[in-house]
Amino acid sequence: MADRKKKFLQGNEACVEGALYAGCMFFAGYPITPSTEVAEGLSVRLPKIGGKFIQMEDEIGGIAAAIGGSLAGLKSMTATSGPGFSLKQECLGYACLAEIPLVIVNVMRGGPSTGYPTGPSQSDIMQAKWGTHGDHPAISVTPSYVQEILSETVRAFNLAERFRTPVVVLYDEILGHMREPITMPVPGDLEIIDRMRPDCKPEDYLPYDDKYEIAPLAPFGAGYRFHVTGLNHKQDGFPTNDSKQIGANNERIMSKIENHKEEIWKNDELMLDDAEVAVFTIGSTARSARFAVLEARKAGIKAGLIRPLTIWPFPDKAVRELAKRVKAIIVPELNLGQMILEVERVSGAACEVVGINRVDGEPITPMQILDVIKKYK
Amino acid sequence: MSDRYELRFSGSGGQGMILAGIIMAEAASIYGTKNAAQSQSYGPESRGGASKAEVIISDDLIDYPKATAIDCMLAMTQEACTKYHGDVKEGGILLVDSDEVKVLPTGKFRLLKYGITSAARDELGKTIVANIISLGMITELTGVVTHEAIEKAVLSRVPAAFLELNKKALQIGFERAKTLK
Repeated sequence: MADRKKKFLQGNEACVEGALYAGCMFFAGYPITPSTEVAEGLSVRLPKIGGKFIQMEDEIGGIAAAIGGSLAGLKSMTATSGPGFSLKQECLGYACLAEIPLVIVNVMRGGPSTGYPTGPSQSDIMQAKWGTHGDHPAISVTPSYVQEILSETVRAFNLAERFRTPVVVLYDEILGHMREPITMPVPGDLEIIDRMRPDCKPEDYLPYDDKYEIAPLAPFGAGYRFHVTGLNHKQDGFPTNDSKQIGANNERIMSKIENHKEEIWKNDELMLDDAEVAVFTIGSTARSARFAVLEARKAGIKAGLIRPLTIWPFPDKAVRELAKRVKAIIVPELNLGQMILEVERVSGAACEVVGINRVDGEPITPMQILDVIKKYK
Repeated sequence: MSDRYELRFSGSGGQGMILAGIIMAEAASIYGTKNAAQSQSYGPESRGGASKAEVIISDDLIDYPKATAIDCMLAMTQEACTKYHGDVKEGGILLVDSDEVKVLPTGKFRLLKYGITSAARDELGKTIVANIISLGMITELTGVVTHEAIEKAVLSRVPAAFLELNKKALQIGFERAKTLK
């Protein structure tokens, strides 16, 4: 067995390790608390392995350059926090429509606006899905532990490459800045997916070839000439006014995700089998929830935890099934009620849905969650 | 919560409180056999302002990374002491730098005072190692990590040119804490 190093890393440092493990060779961004260590780490590491790091003039330039890096064939990433994530939204939509693999890390801090740079938040959950205009596909992964920030960053690259779409890695300031020991994976431990490349002759290449659900993507500069635009386009990438093609393409960029939700979803479940009350939450709040659920069990309460590592596409199926067999689903989140809207939508009237919310820059404590769980004894 | 050992290092931004937290957590988890989680809270300023680092040490997986009932807290400034001492549990230790903390809090904790900054200045000529002296003191007072583990952790985190200085600082911490026991 290969020797796996144990390291004591910060969440943002683990994100750097995950990106490099996945094969990221291009980062462009603009430093912003609490995500700066991601850029800082890659600025040191990428040049040493022949990769490129560019500090751009602003957040918009950061994602735009990362889109360019990806089109040139390199796995590319940018990192930011709330205010920067707002600025990146137009380019995020561009990458959705132009079908460009890309990883965007958003380390959530207090908002709105400049908000509370050094305080945690989970108030960009809806923004990760709806921040850019138009119907568009959204994939967001939500780690809770430093080890998971590494592995979920790898998974984000895999999903981006597999589905030719931007993927958001969403975690909060607590996770970005906290440190814990992790085991460094060696090659082969985690799956790595690379985008499909064309094997046709350059003159036959269509970047949006509709004989594929997800067409192969040629790297710019390799002899395949093609057009990329944020306008609705034909199979060759040039703009079109043909309603048939516009409709088909808009539906396909959604269905390429919708049809594969089972492959994208990932839930961590704790003691749900006989649970009468369940907690649904993500990120650092899920750590408080695990603590609370274990304490509740000690007190004889049948509590359980469902922790989605993919928040978008929303884990409809798991929540729908869960709602049928519990009295209540508790949704703690560091915002004034975002995920709960989805839990309510999916569970309908099957069970009670209760929120726990906090926006003062402090985490939701295990005791806050335990107090609500106890109401369902 | 009984299997959690909670520490808080507090002071002013730039005093090395977060580094002290990192070193303590590494001593426990990398150079020791336990699990550890370190978290922090600080203001937007890079120098000044109240700053704190928290370390949870446990034999198990650590869920909640923040302190809830503190076993041992260090306060290097008056502001940090006043702001953060409330979470020290009954019977816990509150170690204050008596050079800075003049208004002493009362509570059901063990209050220990020592001139940490002046020891760093007078004996080593550098106030910058006050955080390392305090790490030595906390190690000695709590026994939560071994002398060997904390020394390895300190030496792995400081620049090569300052290894001896930091070794000495740690040693001063061990010795002075004995006088407080």
